This record gives sequence, structure tokens and C-alpha cells, in this order.
Amino acid sequence: MTQPRAPAIELRGISKRFGAVAANKDVSLSVAAGSIHGIVGENGAGKSTLMSILYGFYEADAGEIRIAGEARRIRSPADAIAAGIGMVHQHFMLVETLSVVENVVLGAEGGARLGGGLARARAELTRLSQQYGLAIDPDATVGDLSVGLQQRVEILKALYRGAGILILDEPTAVLTPAEADQLFALLRALRTQGKTVILITHKLREIMDVTDAVSVMRRGEMVAHLRTAATSPPELAEAMVGRRVLLRVEKPPRERGTPVLEAVGLCCRDARGTETLRDVGLTLHAGEIVGIAGVAGNGQSELLEVLAGLIQPDRGVIRLDGQILATADRDPARLRERGLMHVPEDRQRSGLVAAFSAAESAILGYQHDPAFGAGPLLQPARIEAHAREAFAAYDVRPPDPALKTAKFSGGNQQKIVLAREIERRPKVLLVGQPTRGVDIGAIEFIHRRLLALRDAGVAILLVSVELEEVMALSDRIIAMCGGRITGERAAEAADERDLGLLMAGVTGEAA
Amino acid sequence: MSAAPIELPRWADVALVPLVSVAAALLVAGLVVIGIGENPLEATALMLRGALGSAEGIGFTLYYATNFIFTGLAVAVAFHAGLFNIGGEGQATAAGIAMAFACLGLSWAPGFIAVPLAILAAAAGGALWAFIPGWLQAKRGSHVVITTIMLNFVAATLIVYLLREVIGKPGSMQPETPDFPAQAVLTPMHQLLAPFGLRLPPTPLNSALLLALLSLFAVWLLIWRTRLGYAIRTVGANPRAAAYAGISPAAVTMVAMAISGALAGGLAVNEALGVQHRLVLDFTAGYGFVGIAVALMGRGHPVGVGLAALLFGVLYQGGAELSFDKPAITRDMVVVIGGVLILFAGALDGLFRRLVAGVLRSGRSGA
Amino acid sequence: MDWLQTLAVVLDSTIRLSVPLICAAMAGLWSERAGVVDIGLEGKMLIAAFASAVAAFASGSAWIGLGAGVLAALALALVHGFAAITWRGNQIVSGVAINMLAAGLTVILGNAWYGQGGRTPSLEGAARFGELTLPFARWAREHVPILGLFYDEVISGHSAPAYLAFLCVLLTAFVLKRTRFGLRIRAVGENPAAVDTAGISVARLRYGAVAICGLLCGLGGTYLAAAQSAGFLPHMTAGRGFIALAAVIFANWRPWPALGACLLFGLLDAVAIRLQGVTLPGIGLVPVEAIQALPYVMTVVLLAGFIGKATPPRASGLPYVKER
Repeated sequence: MTQPRAPAIELRGISKRFGAVAANKDVSLSVAAGSIHGIVGENGAGKSTLMSILYGFYEADAGEIRIAGEARRIRSPADAIAAGIGMVHQHFMLVETLSVVENVVLGAEGGARLGGGLARARAELTRLSQQYGLAIDPDATVGDLSVGLQQRVEILKALYRGAGILILDEPTAVLTPAEADQLFALLRALRTQGKTVILITHKLREIMDVTDAVSVMRRGEMVAHLRTAATSPPELAEAMVGRRVLLRVEKPPRERGTPVLEAVGLCCRDARGTETLRDVGLTLHAGEIVGIAGVAGNGQSELLEVLAGLIQPDRGVIRLDGQILATADRDPARLRERGLMHVPEDRQRSGLVAAFSAAESAILGYQHDPAFGAGPLLQPARIEAHAREAFAAYDVRPPDPALKTAKFSGGNQQKIVLAREIERRPKVLLVGQPTRGVDIGAIEFIHRRLLALRDAGVAILLVSVELEEVMALSDRIIAMCGGRITGERAAEAADERDLGLLMAGVTGEAA
Repeated sequence: MSAAPIELPRWADVALVPLVSVAAALLVAGLVVIGIGENPLEATALMLRGALGSAEGIGFTLYYATNFIFTGLAVAVAFHAGLFNIGGEGQATAAGIAMAFACLGLSWAPGFIAVPLAILAAAAGGALWAFIPGWLQAKRGSHVVITTIMLNFVAATLIVYLLREVIGKPGSMQPETPDFPAQAVLTPMHQLLAPFGLRLPPTPLNSALLLALLSLFAVWLLIWRTRLGYAIRTVGANPRAAAYAGISPAAVTMVAMAISGALAGGLAVNEALGVQHRLVLDFTAGYGFVGIAVALMGRGHPVGVGLAALLFGVLYQGGAELSFDKPAITRDMVVVIGGVLILFAGALDGLFRRLVAGVLRSGRSGA
Repeated sequence: MDWLQTLAVVLDSTIRLSVPLICAAMAGLWSERAGVVDIGLEGKMLIAAFASAVAAFASGSAWIGLGAGVLAALALALVHGFAAITWRGNQIVSGVAINMLAAGLTVILGNAWYGQGGRTPSLEGAARFGELTLPFARWAREHVPILGLFYDEVISGHSAPAYLAFLCVLLTAFVLKRTRFGLRIRAVGENPAAVDTAGISVARLRYGAVAICGLLCGLGGTYLAAAQSAGFLPHMTAGRGFIALAAVIFANWRPWPALGACLLFGLLDAVAIRLQGVTLPGIGLVPVEAIQALPYVMTVVLLAGFIGKATPPRASGLPYVKER
């Protein structure tokens, strides 16, 4: 009809570093006005950082932001709000003790006295509710609302401020499928009203369902811009995971042994009451690597933690060596004694103590081992000797046991953890993200170690968001989505597209 | 403790930053001295002479330092477990009460039985008074900071009641117990050392100093050389890693608090068993709070705690001498210095680290 | 009628003893609702008591004393804010430091200036807040049965800062509940990130709350030195800052219940004083210490969740750091 509208948002050459980590590298993005634009990528791909820059939470080190064709400096959320940007964060920015209407007016109260502002907001909420079918009690306390309704409050907050651009960061992560469908209906309604929506997600189904265009991020870079209608889940999955030069590892076939670890019917909820594991069962045999493929946040972490005794499942049975583990036995220390070792997903937060010397970190979990001292005492000389030996065997650099753990690079920290957990000849080894943040040389080393362990008869459960890694190492691959096991493939029979679909929750019967 | 840790070389971390904060705190104290019309340099000289210029002065200095070693260690041990025990006063009071009961009930016992039992009673009393908040935090989720404060006041009222109604000296208007049995008290240092040919002037310094030095060593051993110490440090530094390692943060919290309280009980040993030979009201006299400054300055390490305790011993004794010569400068100056030190070495640690880091950097680039 | 008179006298002293608690409790409430834990209420009241006594003595005006008291407490409050907000230091450590600083400084300066072991000279005449007789108090006492007695004895006859303290409760409740500033304070203590993303400065809000905290501590300290007593005595706050903290916890960080808790603790204190040395049938000599310890014991029991539940503002004690 008229000349085409300028893009609602244009980002040019956005870069942002946090210390040594480049979270965004020269990212450009153009979002058409009045469209729903998806941004996909794995955890840590830089999506959230990019949106935080757009919302003024961080300032980019370099790059330009244009809103509706105009260059803007966005240095604080206040700037972003003034530019008509609203954001629904993954972790809601709500004050749970306040009412809905109080949350909505926060920062846009319209006067020193609250009364008038609250009355106006109540009227406006009613209007918005009717316009978009967002029924909500303005005087309900936010903490009492369901997660879905809380998200509605977040959206209303943005709309109340007159946002023309709405960014939603992983909005369905906490929603039930029915709630997610309602949300998508709302997003379409917003588009009809001429609003622009940016949807950040790692769920391909959502992208296909609701977006007009999609951009894919990988390791801080924008790797693809696609029209949704012209793409497919497999193509997206491939773009997300990337085709990294694979460090092929020799994996001679091996007969698997007897079942060592069995889990049946594991169910688990997080602190918010969201189901994280739904009826998960699996069996690990001696001398095999079972890989869990899944986009981060689909229950793999919880599965590892339940098996390692760090969280107690609501339901389910775990057998180790054929014996059912009682609640009292599902304790990390007891499990270690029985040969179940664990390389945690987040070594910084739980696998090591950053403030300790490397030698001390190298005995974490084994501080009761009589090898390290007599009776209640620990002997530093023995602890250091032990570390020196382990560091030599695992090529930890620098091989200095007295150095503070925090001073080691990610790869070397990981080697410290691996050395600690592997050297004791585990029966079962649980491994989470073994090569996250690890340089290429160390990756190869770690992969070879894991395979050697498998060949020595250890049962290994591998959780990794790197699909390639799972495919390269595993004998069997189990895909998880939404806390459920969506399929299992033998390694020889698995291909990336097929697994990508399973990871996206597209199972055979649903497709 | 600060949100964004500033990386410093180790020597700067353990020595330079505390020294800079001490210097800054003394500077503030100097300003106060100027503010009340006295000469800070003269005051410093008087103070140092009073604290270190004579055998008697040194005796008093070490006697005060003994108190600070105990209360500083108490705070330090809790710190290592990530806990902030500001209940040293109350725990020392509870220790004193338990010890008084033990001493008064042990008049039949020879010294070699009565003294150790009295010390154990003090440790047990302090441990119990600290275990309660530890237990409440571990099992009921109530924060140790608030509960230890509240229990300080409970102990303070309890001792008033007990000294008046239960273990008070009959017929005395003073809130105090009768004298402890003569064999059940600690030996003054000048008597202890006399057989070795050392002739010392009589001071309150007594064998509790040896116990304090032993405690310094024991805490060092506990924290850095035992499995329990390893568990305590893990819980303090990274509770998630502790859970991963199969260490129970709840158990460590309770144990660390009990140890902390037992150490605070050393204050009662030095004061009541070592000097007063009876339990008097308010014998804790704020030593428990100064212990926080001692622990912060000493960076939680027994060597640091020992040195910081010595510094405060000098300030206390020097301050007492100073107030004879300069009645305008009372010993409360030490409380001010303690407060400023806690502020600088504790709450404003980030600021001082930034300052030191800035100076180091400009020194390096300038060279 | 004798027991009525006794009751009225006890209630009157309840009010007198509650006033400093009320001021400090409102002070603590402001700070903690904004997410800044303050165990330095005691020290701020103490320095205010000292400063007000000094200024009132020097100027001969109790009101100038109040101004000085408020300024002194404000200064310490800003020190706390600087450590806790700007430098994200440990708020407990900072509070302890402020208490010690105030305890030492007041005695040193008092001793240096007046040479009376830390006391200030007694305040007389206009240098001290007089008791205000409310309208019709005398008349009501004679003509209205019971209520008149209580009006005259309990409600009337307090000093200006006492009435100000009660006004502060009203203001606190109103501002927190009904104004933009109050809403933002309530929000920042629960979820500072929500405030930040709404485009509001977390630091500025918290400094505001900390300043109000200082102001109210100033009022409470001044009341102690220039209304309840006639001058400053070393350590005259005697733990009131901590009882006020207990009252805030008891009230679940809400203004009106905090007033109630302060009055309750004031009543306990009044009763304890009244019963000092009294022998009751069946009990014997009343252990007044038990009554004095009650607020502390009750707080511990409450915190342990055995009666009710204390839920502090979620972000209290945590420095605000933007998350990655």
C-alpha cells in the first residue's frame, strides 16, 4: 500500500565480551516490523546476551542499534522502554509479594501518589485483557499466580508501557503445552495489532509454529537468517549444532557387559513445581557409553543429579549392581564408595572449589580416603604428591598442585576433575558436558580417556549438548525432550536429522 | 565477600591489604585524637611505651592479646564455614557460667583435675551457646547472625539472674560469685616462670596464654590439616561443591559453630579462671566484638589472628597507659579503632583492594 | 480505682519506653524493606543521642539537638550505604563496625569535651523536650470516668519527639503503601532486578531508604538523650536497637504490627521495672531478667519457625549485582 516500513530493529556488528569469553561476535540482525521473528541457538550461543544488549542491560563493546530506522543508544532499560521495547525475561522480573497491578505500574506509576496511577492501570488492564483475551485479576498477589499467569503479567507490563517491540526469552520453558498454545495465540494477536515480536527459543517446533522468520546463533555468532516457510526443523537443527570439524575417534565395537546401573520410572520436580523428569528409565551396561542427546534444559541435568544422589526423585527406582538403592544410599559419598563416580556438568559451580589449591580440589569427594593421611588428619605432602602424579598422567598444565584452582584454564580444570573421578576405577561414570569450554587439544584427550575407560569395562553415561560429541562417543544414544525420553538409537543407526527431531520432541507417532 | 573479586598477588592479599586498612584505621583514630586537641604522635609514643616499654607493660599486653586470640579464633573458625558468628560475647558468658558451676562444685578436687574440668566446662558452655544458633540455621533455616545477637542478650540477662539468685556471693551486693577454690585457678605467668629464674613483675598474664597459643596451633591444624577442616572450608567456599562431595552443609554448620563457641569460651578461662578467680558481671567487656576485627584483619588465618590479637593487645594496654597521662583519650579509642578496622578490612574490603590494585598497577607501569 | 491508676501508670511508662524502639524499628523497617540489612540501628541511635545532647547543651535548644542527632545518625547511615550499596560489602560486617564506632566515639568525645566519664552535662529548660499536655487532659481526667484518666495519664504528657515517633509510623505505613516511592522500595527489597529492568536505579532507591533509616534513628536517639533522660550516658541505648530489630522481625517487616511489637516489648520492660524487687504470692521474688530476656527469646523461637514464620524481604542482605 505505502512504502515498506523500516525494520523494527536492526543490529549491526554487535560484539560483547565478558572477560575472556566473547558472548557476541559481530552479530547483525534485522527484524521486520509487524512480524514474529525467532532466534534459535543452543544454550550459551549468545541469544540472551544479544537481547540483554538490546534491552540496555549491558552495553555492547561495538556495534549499532537502529529502532524503526533510527540509530539509538540504549544504555539502560529506561532507554529501551523509551524506545518502545518490552522484554519478558526467562526468569520473570516480577515482585512476587506485590499485586498484579502494582507490578504493572512499577516504573510507570504516573505520579508520586499511587492511587491515581493504580486506578488508571486497572482500567487499562481491563482494556488490554479484553483486547487480547488476557483475563487476569489485577489485585491478585503475583506470587500466588501460576507460572503461565505470571508470564501474562510480564507481557501486560510491557504492553502497559506501550511497547511496540516485545522480546520473549525462552517463554515456553516453564509453560505447559496448553499454556504455550495460548501464548502463541496471543503473539499472533499482537502481530495483527502491528506489534513486532522477537521469540528466543531452542525449541524448533515453536519456531515452525509461530514465527515468520528465524535467525540462528551458534557460539556467539549469527550463522543463518531464514524465512520460516522456507526452512525445516532438520535444517535448523543442523544450523544450530553446526558442522564442526569432527575429531573422529577410533571406536572399536565392543560387546557390552552386564547391566550395572538401572533406573525405572524416575520422576522429579524442581523448586517451582515444574516437572523436570517424567517417567525416565534407562539401563547402563558395563563397557558401554550411553549418550543423552537433548537441547539443554530438557531434564538431562536433573537425570544426572538424581543418579549421582544430589537430588532425590519424587518417584522411581535405581538399581546399582542389581541392588535397589534405598534413600539413605542415594548420597554422593555412599555412591562413590560403591563405585559410582560423577563428573558434574558445571565444574566451576560444583566440581571444584575455585579458592582451593589444585591439589585440594583434586581430592574433593575423596577427602576421607585413608591414602591422604592418618585418622582425622590430612597430609599435604601426600595430597600434593597425589595431585602431581595425576596431573602428569592427565597432562594438566601447569602441573603445579599448589596453584589456585581458579587460575587453571577450563580444559585443565576439567582434566583435574576427570583425573579425580576416573583414576579410582569407577564401575559407573556419570559425565556431564565433558568438553564444555575446553580447547580442542584437551577435547581429543578427554574423548580418548572416556573410550579407554569404556574399553576397560566401565559403564558411562554421557550428557552433552554437543550432539556431535554424543554421536562420536556413544554406543547407544537416548534423546530427551521436556523431561521425557523421546527415543533411543544405536550409534551406528543414528543420524543428526533423526536425532534433531527426537530432541525437538517430534517422535515417530506425532510426526 | 565482595561481588567482583579483584585479583591481587598473594603477598598483597594477605599482607598489604590488611596493613593498608590498619594504617587507614589508625589514621582515622589520629584524626579523632587531633579532634579532641591532643597530639597523635605523642599519643602513639605514649601508647607504645606503655604497651611494650616495660616487662610489666608487655605482660599486660599479652594478657589482653590472650582474650583477642580466643575471640578472634572463634570468629575465624565460623568464617571458614561461611558463617558469621557475632555471638562471641554471649558464648563467652555462657562459658563463664558453666565454668563457675564447675569450679564451685569442684572444691573437693585437686588442681590437676579441677582446672582441666573447669576449662572443659567453659568450652562446653560456649559450644552449647553457639550450637543452638548453628542447629537453628542448619535445621530450621534461621540466620545465625540474628540468633547469635539475640542469644548475646539472653546470656547477658541470664548471668545477671544467676549471679544474684543462684551462684552469687552470699551477702555481697556485687554481682559476682564467691572466689573459686584456690587450687582450681590458673597460675599467673610470673609464678609459672619463677622456677626458671625469670623474675617478672606481677601482671594478669597467666597460663591461659599457653592455652591460647595452643588454640592457635590447634585451629591451624583443624582448618588446614584435617578432614573436618577440609569439609568446613569446602562448605564455606562453595556449598554446592560440598554437596557434590558428599559433605553435609548442615552438619558442618553445627560443628563449626560449636567449635567457634568453645573457642569464645577461652575468654572466660583467661578472665575468670586466670585473673579474677571468680565470675563477675560483664567480664566479656566487648572482647567478643573486637574479635571480629581481629579475625577480619588476620584474614582468618591463625598467624594473622595471632598478630592482630597482639596489635589489639598493644592498643588496649597502651590505651590504658595513655589514659593515665592523657585523661582525654580513654581506652574507648581502641573500640573506635576496632570499629573502623572492621569497616575497612571487612565491609569496605572491595574499596581497599581496588586501591591497592590501582597503586600496584600504576607502580608497575611507571617502572 | 487504685489498680486502674496503676494500670495507667504502667501504660504511660510503656509508651515512654516504646518510643525509641518505635523509631528504631521504623528505621530498620525502611532499610530492610529496601534490601539493606541493618544491625547498626543501635550505633546510629547512640551517636544521635550523643550528638543531640551535645548540641542541645551548647545551643540551649532541644530542637537544635534534634537536628544534630539526625545529622549524626544520617552520616553513619550513609557510611553503611557506601559500604553496602556502592561497594557491595557485607552488610552485617558494616553494621557491627558502625555499632562499635558509635560506642567508642561517643565516650571518647564526651569524655574529652566534658570530662565526666563520657556523660554530657544535664540538659535543663529548653535544652530538653518538655512534656506536652494535650488539650482537655486535666478536664477529662476530672470529668470523664476511666477514659479521662487514661487520656491524661497515657496519651497526654509526652514530649514532642514521642508524638513525632507515632506520626512516623503513620507516615511509614502511608508512604510504603500508597506512594510511588513506597512501591519502589517494596519492590527493590524483594527483587532488585525487577526494579532495574523497569528502568529505575536500584542504588538510588536503596540510598534513599538508608537515609530515612538514619533520620529515624536520629529521632530515636534524640528522644533518649533529650526527652527521656536529660543528657547522654555512655551506652545509653542498651540494646534497644537490637530489640527494635527483633520487633521488625516479629512484625514480619510491616509497620503497624511493628508498632504493636514495640509496644509489647515496651510493656514488658515497664512491667519488669514495676516488678523489680516485688514478691508475688506463689512465685516469690519475680525474676525480672526472665521478662527482660523475653523479647530476645521470643525472636529466636519465631525465627526458628516454631510460632508463625518470619519471611524477610527476599533480597535483604544481598548486594545487587547484574547477572550475566
